[in-house]
Amino acid sequence: MKLPIYMDNHATTQVDPRVFKAMLPYLTNVFGNSASRNHSFGWEAEEATEKARKQVADLIGATSKEIVFTSGATESDNLALKGVAEMYAEKGNHVITAATEHKAILDACKRLEKEGLRVTYLPVQTNGLIDLDQLRAAITDKTILISIMYANNEIGVLQPVAEIGKIAKERGVLFHTDGTQAAGKIPVNVTQDNIDLMSISAHKMYGPKGVGALYVRRRNPRVQLTAQMDGGGHERGMRSGTLNVPGIVGLGEACAIAKAEMPEESKRLAYLRDKLKDRLLASLDEVYINGTQEHRLPNNLNISFAYVEGESLLMGINDVAVSSGSACTSATLEPSYVLKALGAGDDLAHSSIRFGLGRFNTEEEVDYVAEKVIDVVKKLRELSPLYEMFKEGIDMSKVQWAAH
Amino acid sequence: MAYSDKVLDHYNHPRNVGSFDKSDPNVGTGMVGAPECGDVMKLQVKVNPDTGVIEDAKFKTFGCGSAIASSSLATEWLRGRTVDEALAIKNTDIVNELSLPPVKIHCSVLAEDAIKAAIGDYKKKSSTATAGAQSVNA
Repeated sequence: MKLPIYMDNHATTQVDPRVFKAMLPYLTNVFGNSASRNHSFGWEAEEATEKARKQVADLIGATSKEIVFTSGATESDNLALKGVAEMYAEKGNHVITAATEHKAILDACKRLEKEGLRVTYLPVQTNGLIDLDQLRAAITDKTILISIMYANNEIGVLQPVAEIGKIAKERGVLFHTDGTQAAGKIPVNVTQDNIDLMSISAHKMYGPKGVGALYVRRRNPRVQLTAQMDGGGHERGMRSGTLNVPGIVGLGEACAIAKAEMPEESKRLAYLRDKLKDRLLASLDEVYINGTQEHRLPNNLNISFAYVEGESLLMGINDVAVSSGSACTSATLEPSYVLKALGAGDDLAHSSIRFGLGRFNTEEEVDYVAEKVIDVVKKLRELSPLYEMFKEGIDMSKVQWAAH
Repeated sequence: MAYSDKVLDHYNHPRNVGSFDKSDPNVGTGMVGAPECGDVMKLQVKVNPDTGVIEDAKFKTFGCGSAIASSSLATEWLRGRTVDEALAIKNTDIVNELSLPPVKIHCSVLAEDAIKAAIGDYKKKSSTATAGAQSVNA
C-alpha cells in the first residue's frame, strides 16, 4: 500500500490509464483542428470528437447532436443558466434552484439576480433532499428554469430527479441538472428523467481536467440557448472556440469506460464505503452521517465526529487525502453551507469529513483509513473540552459561549 | 496549508492536557470560544496562594491544529509565572513563537483570552475567599 492515500474523489479523480492512452495520439501527431473541413488533419480530429460525442451521449441516454462540449461543468452550468435566462427572457424571469447547489450554480444565479432575474432558492430537508411540494408551490407563470443538481458534491445525496423532471414537464418549465457527480457513477438517463439540460465534467470520472459537456435537449422540447462566448460559432452556435480534441477524446473514453464498468464498480465502491462507515460507527460514539443514506452516491461518505474539529482531524490523518466542511480548512471562516442547509448545526459542520472513494481505492486502503481515523478521533476527544462536557452530561445547548 | 514545525510538534505532543477540579479555590478556569465558531479552549491554572506563582496549568481544546498548539504553548509559558506575569503574555508572542499565518491569528487571540479568563477566575475566587476570611476575623 502506497501513502498518501487519495480518498477525495469528489474533488477530482486520477486519469484512468486507458483514458490517457486514448488521448495520447491527439496530443502528438494527430493534432488537427476539428473545424478544418478541407484536409485530412481536420477530418481525423473531427472523427475523434464525433466518436467522443457519441460516447458521452450513450452514457446519459442522449443523442450525439445534443452534446455541447465545454471546458468543464462550471462553464456548462453557467451556459445553461445564463443561456436560458437570456434566450427565454420574454417568456419569464424566474429560476428555481436549491440552497445546496454548487457555487457554479449559486453564483451564476446571483449574477442573474443583479440583472433583474428572480431566483427561488429552495431549502433542503434534514436528509439533504428538496421537498417536491415546495418545488411545485414555487413555480409561477414566470418560471423558465428549474436547476437542481443530480448528486451533491459534499454529501452525495441524490435529488429526486425523475420526479422533478416530471413536474417541470407538466408545468412547461425547462429542467437543468448539474450532473457532475452523478454521470459515470450511477445510471443517468435524460430521456427517462425528462432532463432538458445537464452539465457533466470529465475529471470527476477519471478523465482529464478542463473538459466537460452540456447536454441540450433537441426534441420535445427543443431547448435553445444564447451563447455566452462569441466566436466561430462552434457547437451549433452554442459554444464558440476550437474544440479541445485530446480533452474531448479523454471525456469520451472516460464515459465509455464508466458505462461499461458501472454495474460492477458501483457495487464495489458501495461495499468499501459501507465497510468504512460500519467500522467508524462500531468504534466511535457520537458520529453522525450527513444526508440520507438511502438516496446516495455509492462512493460518498460524509460524516461528523462530534466534539472533534475537522481540520485538526485532517492534520492527524495527514497521509490520507480527504476534505472537511470545517471553516478552518478554507479561508472563508464559514463552515460548509451545504451542511448548514441541512440544519445540522454549525458545530457538526465544523466536525465533518467527506470521504470520496474512487476506482483506484483498495480494501486495504479503506482498512487503513478506518483505523487511522478512529485513532485520531479518540486522541482528539481526549483533548476536547466539549467531549469532556458531553461525558459529564452537560447540555451544551444551554451553555453561554463566549462567541468571538 | 503547511503547518510550522512547532505547531506540528504541539499537535503531535500536546503539553499539559487535562483538567483540574474547578471548585478548588486555587484553580482558575477560563473557557473561551464557541462550538459553532469551530474552537473552544479551556485553560486552567493552579496558583500557589502564598507566592502567587502558577504552579501548574492544563488545557483542553476543540479546534484546529493551530488552536491546539496555541493553548498547549500557553500552558508551557504559564507554569512558573506569577499571575501578573501571566497577564503580560500577548497573542503576538504566540503568533511569533508558532509562526502562525494570518488566517490563524484568531487562534492566538483565543489563547490570550483564555489566559485572561483563567487568571480572572482565579482572582475573583481568591478575592471572595479573602473577603470571606476577613469577615470571619471581624
